[in-house]
Amino acid sequence: METRTHIPVAKDYLKDSVLLNESVDLPSDVEKVLRFVRREKVKYPVVFVGTGSSGLISGAGETLDQVKRYLGDRDIKAEVVETGSTGYCTMEPVMEVQMPGKTRVAFRQVTGDKVPFLLDGVFNNMIPDVQVLGQHRNPSLEVWKDVPFIDELPFFSIQLRNLLRNWGRISPLSIEEYIATGGYRSYLKTIRSYTHDEVCDIVERSGLQGRGGGGFLTGKKWKVAHTVIADQRYLLCNADESDPGGFANRAMIESDPHRLIEGVMIAAYAIGTSKAFIYIRNDYNTAISRLEEAIRQARDYGLLGHDVFGSGFNIEIAVRKGPGAFVCGEETAMISSIEGKRGMPRPKPPYPAVSGLFGKPTVVNNVETLSNVPAIFENGPDWFRSIGSESARGTKVLVLSGRIVNQGIIEVPLGTVVKDIIFGAGEGIPGKKGFKAIQIGGPSGGFLTGENIDTPYDFESLEAEGVYMGSGGMVVLDEGCCIIDTVRYFMDFIQKESCGKCIPCREGTRRMLEVYENITRRPVDENGHTTLERFKGVMQLESLAEVIRDTSLCGLGQKAPNPVISSLRYFRNDYEEHIFDRKCSAGVCKELRLFRIDVDKCTGCTVCAPKCPVSAIIGTRHHPFFIVEDKCTGCGICYDVCKFSAISVI
Amino acid sequence: MLVKIEVNNRIIKARKGDTIMSALQTAGIKIPAICSMKDFTPTGACRMCVVEVEGRRGLVPSCSQPVNEWMKIKTHSPRVVKSRKTIVELLLSNHPDDCLYCVRNGNCELQNLAEELNVRERRIMGKKNNYKLDHSSPSIVRDPAKCILCGRCVRVCEERMAVFAIDFLNRGNKTIIGTACNKDLNFSSCINCGQCIMVCPTGALFEKDALMELEDALHNPDKMVIVQYAPSVAVSLAEEFGVKPGREVSGLINAVLRKIGFDKIFDTSCAADAAALEMAAELHERSKRKEKMPLISGSCPAWVKFAEQWFPDLLPVMSTCKSPQQLLGTILKTGYAEKTDIDPARIFSVAIAPCTAKKFEARREEMTRKGLSDIDSVLTTRELAKLIRLYGIDMNQVGSEQADAPWGIPSSAGRLFGAAGGMSEAVIRSLPHIAGAKDPSRIKYQELRGSKGRKEADIKLGRSVYRFVAVSGLSSALTIIEEIREGKSNYDFIEIMACAGGCVNGGGQPIGTGDTAVKARMKALYGVDEKEAIRFSHKNPAVSNLYNEFPGGPGSEKCRVLFHTKYSERKVLL
Repeated sequence: METRTHIPVAKDYLKDSVLLNESVDLPSDVEKVLRFVRREKVKYPVVFVGTGSSGLISGAGETLDQVKRYLGDRDIKAEVVETGSTGYCTMEPVMEVQMPGKTRVAFRQVTGDKVPFLLDGVFNNMIPDVQVLGQHRNPSLEVWKDVPFIDELPFFSIQLRNLLRNWGRISPLSIEEYIATGGYRSYLKTIRSYTHDEVCDIVERSGLQGRGGGGFLTGKKWKVAHTVIADQRYLLCNADESDPGGFANRAMIESDPHRLIEGVMIAAYAIGTSKAFIYIRNDYNTAISRLEEAIRQARDYGLLGHDVFGSGFNIEIAVRKGPGAFVCGEETAMISSIEGKRGMPRPKPPYPAVSGLFGKPTVVNNVETLSNVPAIFENGPDWFRSIGSESARGTKVLVLSGRIVNQGIIEVPLGTVVKDIIFGAGEGIPGKKGFKAIQIGGPSGGFLTGENIDTPYDFESLEAEGVYMGSGGMVVLDEGCCIIDTVRYFMDFIQKESCGKCIPCREGTRRMLEVYENITRRPVDENGHTTLERFKGVMQLESLAEVIRDTSLCGLGQKAPNPVISSLRYFRNDYEEHIFDRKCSAGVCKELRLFRIDVDKCTGCTVCAPKCPVSAIIGTRHHPFFIVEDKCTGCGICYDVCKFSAISVI
Repeated sequence: MLVKIEVNNRIIKARKGDTIMSALQTAGIKIPAICSMKDFTPTGACRMCVVEVEGRRGLVPSCSQPVNEWMKIKTHSPRVVKSRKTIVELLLSNHPDDCLYCVRNGNCELQNLAEELNVRERRIMGKKNNYKLDHSSPSIVRDPAKCILCGRCVRVCEERMAVFAIDFLNRGNKTIIGTACNKDLNFSSCINCGQCIMVCPTGALFEKDALMELEDALHNPDKMVIVQYAPSVAVSLAEEFGVKPGREVSGLINAVLRKIGFDKIFDTSCAADAAALEMAAELHERSKRKEKMPLISGSCPAWVKFAEQWFPDLLPVMSTCKSPQQLLGTILKTGYAEKTDIDPARIFSVAIAPCTAKKFEARREEMTRKGLSDIDSVLTTRELAKLIRLYGIDMNQVGSEQADAPWGIPSSAGRLFGAAGGMSEAVIRSLPHIAGAKDPSRIKYQELRGSKGRKEADIKLGRSVYRFVAVSGLSSALTIIEEIREGKSNYDFIEIMACAGGCVNGGGQPIGTGDTAVKARMKALYGVDEKEAIRFSHKNPAVSNLYNEFPGGPGSEKCRVLFHTKYSERKVLL
């Protein structure tokens, strides 16, 4: 057994024949070598285990151990390779096997215990169909019979994977494999044959917009920073992803770190800087270690450092770990944080492109934006323009989570209709409950409902529906979810994560949260004060939301009321139900639940009464019990313990 | 270059590059703001200054947005006013409703805003943060419950004072302003200068009240209550009673203090005269012996703590002469007590200073003798005004009076101590006398006057030249300190005052006054200097009498024991 992640190709060979080869198509002999590097042609079986964070959470570590043990015990000559995530998180841990001469086949939900059974089958030319996910398409290899092609699965068929094309396929820890898939060639082409202005022009022409949510033209931003006269400029890559329901950037770095590094280096060249920072959350351990390893490899290849490949271009990339505050994703707060200060936003203007980090022109780009850059130079700006919709070019990486069959990360052209994403790639809602809404863009986003689910996913169309794209999170809610509770959760998140600098955000979000807390619980007493306060709060909700949106200092505060405004727009009934009827029909708001014991079904077994934490259940043995409504807190313990289904929610 | 902008449908001209707020100010439109401070970069924290700009989605903070040609601005549209009002209401919803008990009642920016915006209803209500008072510091009390987190104190502490004692802590609505590790203020690097109090819009920061202990002493027949007041108090007190800044009222103060019932009224400037002579002697002695220069003044207690904390290597070159307040305190409980045959324990010595750090200085261990403090209680200018109001004295009905002998008639040189650069001027005037030469003909040093942060003057004495520099504001002082450490500086005397402008801008002065008031106070001190008959410290009769008793004059052995102190390194939290 061999467990290595590097393919023994001489560094110099890759440098001379691949990186420095200026022809568009590489000569066939080089291609032949690269096929080995990409493991399309193998001599021994290769087992791939996806060990991105989503895989590791599902038990990929154990899977990897089991694979190694299996091969070691049986003394099978095979290679084990750790890859990133495929994006199909529901199917994690994913294990793929490449047998000599056959196409690569993927298995789903391969926990450690299933490894021997599956490998037994594959090594004996038998694919156990229970666990199989699909096979990769490769015309030069023999296909497995009765195994679907991966790109025909609904999850993948809707996708256009440009950014994610290496995901789960190559080892993120191997620069050789990245180079073998065409990596770093556009970077070298750029720094050797284009001027700074030309690079900015090409990116502007491609129509690439910032993927952090703002949608500003990336090439334009670079141009501004490049035109400002300064002795130093900085490029910052924002990898401080903190939205609840957003983990695309993390997976991007874990699965294909070199793509980001290449993008960072091209952007740094475009704005004419030699210093780039990648600001990443401290808790993204796997991502940080893979990123640092990738930077080390790039430096080893001379792609990073002083006078890259004799072009005269110098570039250094430093990884800066952020403490994990949500607000540090805001560019000026991030700049403060890198400067060593408390991460608090400051007013714009001056914009960072004019005066940013340490007072120098600074470009802040999102991970996804920068990862898009290498492909633009590989295929040209017109290729990029041809993807997506009229108003938004290119693809967008989305995160599907919540009540949806296929959870995971997908990449679709901008302008794809949301309904197709949810019911196509996502395959709809599991179980019997109906679709209720999609929450888009995390705490600063809004809701799409059944009415407007056929909105195209791009900046303009979503904004017209009052929804901001944010970082691409899509949380699907079914009828078992309470909108009021969801908004309450987001308000709680925002008021905890507010930096505390500006008053509307700090004090306003807290008051809004209190309004939600008040309407999701029964009033302490019915007479007078609390009831009045409750109604007063609700009446102010909309006006408070407007003031917070109008006056807050940074994007966090300005967009904080979005869930409120959006839910008020589409779910007024839910509000009224909570406020007037004091009822949560989804049964989520615990404190609004009331339970009743069915006299006919109750046997008087006394199981529930002693379990009630507030002694709200009274009665005598062998006779039906009943619940004192005034005492009941709606915790639901009695409901859970009743063996005769005698207790129901009213 | 001027550009035209449209404000509330009227076209006005504004300087290009100006912020909307300053353009509007010139046009006579007042925009409310809590977090903005003159000469500081805007932080845009309070959002009170928002205006409506055509073409912009949200409201725009006028403090940081520069004007553009033909910008269309609405400063008081319903949307803007509603937003401002809501912001104040949000602040009030988390503010203790105890204005009547608040130290800043009637002088509070939040109160004023609520009044201006016509807040008449508790529209927004909710849970309030519950914080404890921080009483730990001898000078400054913090009440985080009243803090509205405008961040002015943090910025003054960092940018002007370079102390970094306080900063924002925690997140969201749990954000507070506090010291490192949220310890009490006395553990922090706070130098007690009180500049934070001066900028605080509410009652979240105020000086530790000394009135209670003072009243006890005033009404105790066994105590002899002696009071001294600083020259910079005399030029600022009148402002507390509605008089335009720049009036010197030492005569009135004498009368008022007598009315209140102080037994003896002295002037700290007299001790400043003695301190000037001591420092001149120290300087002369050091240069004669070719010892390490420069001599750095140690009269400012805030600067002394700053140096003890961060620059212990400078302590050996610092002048050991006590500050005027402590010097007079020493004299009162030693020589004066002996002469008037009073038990020093019976003396309750009060100092009225423009400074909160003086409260801290009075409690230093070095400033005690046989368990008795040289100064028992220190009042700020603001507390003096409170005391006057408490005793129901109508300042308009009081006539000027003289202070008591012997420490009541200062020279004008001593009074100059109140303004930054004045100490240097006083030392310069007396230096020839100390060196045995005759008094100089030139006594006014314009280059050491004014509100600049760093002022220099070269003095020729015989064949040698003395280079004087006066620095005020610790951030300016840092530059000089760096120069000294790197050996680049060749100054002989460095006067350092923690507060920009010196004691006239101290942390105990009336709140809500600006630069112009500070300049006016300085001018008043210079005006006194013009009129005064005695303009040399050594010509002050009380001082010359004092030194007549001490063989050897200033700097002699006995002076060293009584009038000099020592400094030691101080370990504090960041």
